[in-house]
Amino acid sequence: MGDLFSNLSLGFGVALSLQNLGLAFLGCLVGTLIGVLPGVGPIATIAMLLPITFGLDPTGALIMLAGIYYGAQYGGSTTAILVNIPGEATSVVTALDGHEMAKQGRAGVALGIAAIGSFFAGTVATLVIAALGAPLTGLALVFGPTEYFSLMVMGLVFAVVLARGSILKAIAMILVGVLLSTVGTDLETGEERMTFGLPFLADGIDFAVLAMGIFGIAEIMRNLDHTEHRDVVRQAIGRLLPNRDDFRQSYKPVLRGTFIGAILGILPGNGAVLGPFASYTLEKKIAKDPRRFGRGAIEGVAGPESANNAGAQTSFIPLLTLGIPPNAVMALMVGAMTIHGIIPGPQVMTKNPTLFWGMIASMWVGNLMLLVINLPMVGMWVRLLKVPYRLLFPAILMFCCIGIYSINSLPTDVMFIGLFGFVGYALIKFGFEPAPMLLGFVLGKLMEENLRRALIISRGSLETFIDHPISAGLLAVAAILLVIALLPSIRKGRDEVFTE
Amino acid sequence: MKKIALALAAAAGLAATGAQAQGYPTRPITMIVPFAAGGPTDVIARIVTDHMSRTLGQQIVIENVAGAGGTTGITRAAQSQPDGYTIMMGHMGTHGAAPALYPNLKYDPTKDFAPIGLAAGTPIVIVAKKDFPATDLKSFLEYLKTNADKVNMAHAGVGSVSHSTGIFFNSVVKVKPTMVAYRGTGPALNDLMANTVDFMTDQIVNVAPQIQGNNIKAFAIATPERSPVLPNVPTTKEAGLEGYEVSAWNAVFAPKGTPPDVVKKLSDALMKSLDDENTKKRLLDLGGVIPTNAERTPEALQKLVESEVARWTPVLKAAGASAE
Repeated sequence: MGDLFSNLSLGFGVALSLQNLGLAFLGCLVGTLIGVLPGVGPIATIAMLLPITFGLDPTGALIMLAGIYYGAQYGGSTTAILVNIPGEATSVVTALDGHEMAKQGRAGVALGIAAIGSFFAGTVATLVIAALGAPLTGLALVFGPTEYFSLMVMGLVFAVVLARGSILKAIAMILVGVLLSTVGTDLETGEERMTFGLPFLADGIDFAVLAMGIFGIAEIMRNLDHTEHRDVVRQAIGRLLPNRDDFRQSYKPVLRGTFIGAILGILPGNGAVLGPFASYTLEKKIAKDPRRFGRGAIEGVAGPESANNAGAQTSFIPLLTLGIPPNAVMALMVGAMTIHGIIPGPQVMTKNPTLFWGMIASMWVGNLMLLVINLPMVGMWVRLLKVPYRLLFPAILMFCCIGIYSINSLPTDVMFIGLFGFVGYALIKFGFEPAPMLLGFVLGKLMEENLRRALIISRGSLETFIDHPISAGLLAVAAILLVIALLPSIRKGRDEVFTE
Repeated sequence: MKKIALALAAAAGLAATGAQAQGYPTRPITMIVPFAAGGPTDVIARIVTDHMSRTLGQQIVIENVAGAGGTTGITRAAQSQPDGYTIMMGHMGTHGAAPALYPNLKYDPTKDFAPIGLAAGTPIVIVAKKDFPATDLKSFLEYLKTNADKVNMAHAGVGSVSHSTGIFFNSVVKVKPTMVAYRGTGPALNDLMANTVDFMTDQIVNVAPQIQGNNIKAFAIATPERSPVLPNVPTTKEAGLEGYEVSAWNAVFAPKGTPPDVVKKLSDALMKSLDDENTKKRLLDLGGVIPTNAERTPEALQKLVESEVARWTPVLKAAGASAE
């Protein structure tokens, strides 16, 4: 324990130097801004800003890049709440209730609770990394293909529970999502599947393209076909910050979200994406009145946002302690470290203690800065909603196009968001929920790959999923959840609740 | 149709600008890196171009166009205007293994480029899980032969360096382990460290930290000389394996038709960059191998590409590997 304090004080000594404070602030600011722009994600930004960091010392450079990363997570929720465009998989759930809250004139409250929840989660996650980072690495190693497949199965069951309205439609959407995720080059054989021989489909469909089309573009079209609805939003801005009542409703979801997110964030293969979904499902399941979810429930913002930020932070654990990046942004951080002459691996902690602890301390500093940057800006963001929609939507559209192009520099991606926009619009009109489809899409690929990997390693024996205790446990939870969701009596009640 | 349009546009652009090499470069140069930012090729590109930009007096901007084992980015770069303002970082996969892996490849590595020069090689290391019941390369090879049906080999996806070099390894030592594909080196290493899969071959920059941290075992490095980053790991030859010397080289190319004086300027800038102490140190820290003066020339690169295509095609074809 004494070690922890001396290490942390070493870290804060580094993080609180004037230069590093400035860099953390710069990173957070840039991150927030690019997060707010739909589609311009942390990956494109960090890649673009890498050369600028060449002149800095490695610690300062990494502090700034890390700031961009979690700044973007914050900013991403802003767009999800205000204009219903989740820039990343992790803010899909925030859009569900967050945007509903905005429509009811509670945008400020939603943004505020997202910022406060994230700050709390960030603080806890920083402590977790500092205290348990090294021992927790074991968790990343326990999760092999078998465990991962079972975790994904559980995730898909979450998706069913997550859905509003008809369970049949929800399952259909999940399956469409899974199907879409199989487009592209098959990982094991290298064969192309469902690409129609088109080269730009060879690597599959990008998540951002699908999400931006289905949510963002479709939302714009829906808004344009009944404009009067938007006027209501503009008139009622409401309170800017959450009040005591809001806090009373949110603090438990924040605690639970932080816990769930922190654990899932450590898992390899982007386990962090499950965090917000899992938190939302949990909140909905234990809520006294699940009907409020999807209609502007503050718990539906507080929980997932905390889970999101906790996961974003703890996903640094495999990177810092093992040198293994759990997702694409972390892979980029590996690149940034190598360019600066630090090769990530288990020895970073002992060989570069100032960098290691400095970064951890700067995470907390960064979170504090984000709160300071974001809370005063809530008013400004909310005022954005006052901009007449006829002026706002071309701007959103343009940023979507620029953002999506910046990811892979592919013109076809821009066309695809248009196409998926039409699909999304049609889905809304026919009463299908897009969220389960996105979850199916995210989990489908991981699920298929891990299933095949697990079966190849076990030489085709299905028993492997039951022989591994963690895998068996996860499957059991999934089965129980599914039974609860599908029990006829419950389903009947559910349908009554959700048909309007 | 699209190709024709592109060719027309390129031709029109060429006619309009002419071959104006005087004063080149007058604006920033784009270097297409055909892999995601942060990977070994991207890191090498950024280190090398950092110094090149200073020599040329114009910034070289890295554009990452990932996809299809790097062939998406190289295809785009090959079809861009040959005016020296679009260059690319090709590597062993895109300019060696790709013709065998992608039957519909839209470029020919030996014909469609103006080689600039070799940037850096990253040696391949044969690594295994910590619990593997072998202590050196010899006992490892024996184990492989007697337990062929039990052993799993991990790789980072069809078309990746670890995949091609892995198949090459299997053909040299004549074993057929079960191949397990991952999406990238990270997850593959994760499972190797967790003892879920048995062994793999990969670039030194990816595996060295885990070897130094005793999370995985290294049996041999596939270069003629040991690496200063891993001084205790014997070369394949020292360890008794002939015929497995392979490195993932990275090299700068321009599209075919780039004016010779532009090629010369770029090539000189690259050479200068590789002589710079700071660039050298950064590459060596990664475990990179810096090419000798003779290896850096455009002519030497052209020969390397030809010999690499000739080397990889039969190996990969025999293994039935294809990414289409």
